[in-house]
Amino acid sequence: MMNNSPQLAVRVDDLVVERGRTTVLDELSLSVERGAITGLLGPSGSGKTTLMRAIVGTQRITSGRVTVLGHPAGDRRLRTRLAYVTQSASVYDDLSVRENVSYFAAILGTGGDVDSVLTATDLADCADRRVGALSGGQRSRVSLAAALLGGPEVLVLDEPTVGLDPILRASLWDLFHRLAAEGTTLLVSSHVMDEATRCDDLLLLSAGRLLAQGTPTGLIERTGTDSIESAFISCARGGRP
Amino acid sequence: MNRTLATTRRVLTQVVHDKRTLGLLLVVPALLIGLVAWIFTETPVFDRIAGQLIAMFPFVTMFLVTSIATLRERRSGTLERLLTMPLSKADFILGYAIAFGLLALAQSIICVSWAVFVCGFDPGDHLVVFVATTMLNGILGTAFGLFASAFAATEFQAVQFMPALVFPQILLAGLFLPTDQLPRVLEIVAHLLPMTYAFDALTEVTAADPDLGAVALDNAVLGGFVVVLLTLGSLSLRRRTR
Repeated sequence: MMNNSPQLAVRVDDLVVERGRTTVLDELSLSVERGAITGLLGPSGSGKTTLMRAIVGTQRITSGRVTVLGHPAGDRRLRTRLAYVTQSASVYDDLSVRENVSYFAAILGTGGDVDSVLTATDLADCADRRVGALSGGQRSRVSLAAALLGGPEVLVLDEPTVGLDPILRASLWDLFHRLAAEGTTLLVSSHVMDEATRCDDLLLLSAGRLLAQGTPTGLIERTGTDSIESAFISCARGGRP
Repeated sequence: MNRTLATTRRVLTQVVHDKRTLGLLLVVPALLIGLVAWIFTETPVFDRIAGQLIAMFPFVTMFLVTSIATLRERRSGTLERLLTMPLSKADFILGYAIAFGLLALAQSIICVSWAVFVCGFDPGDHLVVFVATTMLNGILGTAFGLFASAFAATEFQAVQFMPALVFPQILLAGLFLPTDQLPRVLEIVAHLLPMTYAFDALTEVTAADPDLGAVALDNAVLGGFVVVLLTLGSLSLRRRTR
């Protein structure tokens, strides 16, 4: 059922990542649909970031295969088509918001859309402020703004809403839905289960293994529970008899 | 090339925003030259060593600034982000080399002007060659810094590379004792280190009747070291890490 279908943005087959003697990802196979928001849920230490890095192509893998938009992960053709936002903002603290985003735009070769990404991330008002002087939430939005440059087809976002107030969190999710409606594929990790209901599809990860994949309502129905949190617990218990 | 220059511009903007670093970088070497000139007021020593001192400062300061700057890139995740983008390793390395090369040039000009106009140093007849050699030393320091930062996991380690990698070069390069008067083994070691060629070039170019061919050869050796170190530095940048 998981062929190289054009509907799939990401396909992971039997992915194993070992770091020293620990197995971080254990024979993981999954897929991410195009033009949808896929939530990657799991407790911290479950391998979410490692999986995202493997998809982005910055993670050295032990075995298995990761395909993104029909190319092997990390392929040079993906460098303008996929963007990655790390958990801690990877931006220059000693530059202003605009200087940061303009530099990344120059590297991508997309000079024109600096203003539009600043507006989309609600940063237009503090464009000339030094990033180091901003709040944590603003800093992570600068990181997100840089990722939106050039309209990538796949956006990989590692815990993008951590530490944001509820209003800002809602407005970011609105942005994610807008991007998905325009055809962007989003893979968003979170350890906050209540964000799961905002996703089209969910991947439940625990201790480097995939517990379940499905729509939020599908997972709740399948496990006979009443919330994603209980569905997760039910899957986790079922996986380890 | 656009991406290289965008990187150069970004690095320079970072330094310019940091007014104190910029001030320390540009003014401190000149003040130290002044101090040495003052110490040796009634002796001929200053005229003998001023050229070498002026070359030493860009090397040391650029080494420190570059190794810390690139270490910060590695640790803040910006390097990882850049390497997921269409930026080549050469763009990154050359962007840094050009940025700090330009800073080294500004530093040399200030330093040489101060030494000549305030301290009465006679740089000889080939001022342009003299300044160019000092700037090359700054680029060499940058290349060393880029290379060394690959082996440093923390800022503490990066700073400690300075006594480990830079001091021996200065001690052996002929600041205290000309290299041909060193014990044989140390003389051989000295000729494996780039700083020796830098000091040699500067001693020659400030001499009364300099042999510019020898200066060019020394600078060619320095250029070779820069190319090798920058290449090794770019090999240390990995798109995939553990």
